Amino acid sequence: MNHWHFILGAYGVTLAVAAIEILAVRARRRAAARTAAASAREPGTRPANPVRGA
Amino acid sequence: MALNWFKLSSPASFYPVAGTLIPWFAGGAAVLTAIGLWLGFGVAPTDFQQGEVYRIIFIHVPSAWLSMFLYVVMAFWGALALGFGTRLSGMMTQAIAPTGALMTFIALWTGSLWGRPTWGTYWAWDARMTSELILLFLYLGIIALRQAIGEPRRADRACAVLSIVGVVNVPIIYYSVKWWNTLHQGASVKLTGASMETTMLAGMLVMSVAFWFYSIAIVLARLRAIILERERDAAWVGALPEVRNVAGVAR
Repeated sequence: MNHWHFILGAYGVTLAVAAIEILAVRARRRAAARTAAASAREPGTRPANPVRGA
Repeated sequence: MALNWFKLSSPASFYPVAGTLIPWFAGGAAVLTAIGLWLGFGVAPTDFQQGEVYRIIFIHVPSAWLSMFLYVVMAFWGALALGFGTRLSGMMTQAIAPTGALMTFIALWTGSLWGRPTWGTYWAWDARMTSELILLFLYLGIIALRQAIGEPRRADRACAVLSIVGVVNVPIIYYSVKWWNTLHQGASVKLTGASMETTMLAGMLVMSVAFWFYSIAIVLARLRAIILERERDAAWVGALPEVRNVAGVAR
């Protein structure tokens, strides 16, 4: 009664979720830095398409 | 040296502090995960009833604990946002919600894969599982509510109210195995002691701390992104090296 495929499914999905979360946060931070840089170049104006959730 | 908490509650002051803390927590999470997996797969014995499949415990229990604890922490920051109107508190609730939702998803997913070989079913509408599913919906509701409200300060207040109201679900999840006759087993780890083999317990506790460290690191990283998004027009954001570098490349 080993059921290694259940163990693999549990650990594999957990690892995938963590990897996706890390990549998503990195991408969000890069996008936020770009938006902030655009804002800094044009003081007094806000981006036409603000970052989602900001 | 006393910490100046009021100074730290400003996004401009907390942004560099978070940047300093992230590598320590991320590194700690990586090291502790390696130790926890070694204890869980290399040292802990095979269970005499469940065989090898019990080893899902090393991610199921930490993620389930974190799913509840992160919700309480999020509600705490929500209460601060509501009570004091501090911007950083609202940003903190925004940063915690996605990680809390993912922890809840992992707890449900791993529990389901553990339930199939041990109980004979992936899912049952018992009190523990149903209340944990409601927790996932609460997290998703808070994320959706924020997306639906354009103005960030109004979104902070609305999400704070929902997170505080929803915190009532956390004791229901925790005590569900005591209050109702559930398929889910009772708590193996209590303040009075643990009803499991020492190396199994050690692996589970080390993995729990690893999950904690991971959550702190990823929440702080997301918080820094949120600070950049919401404070993008502030002069101090424009002066940040990472923002100036991007601006320099684009110029």
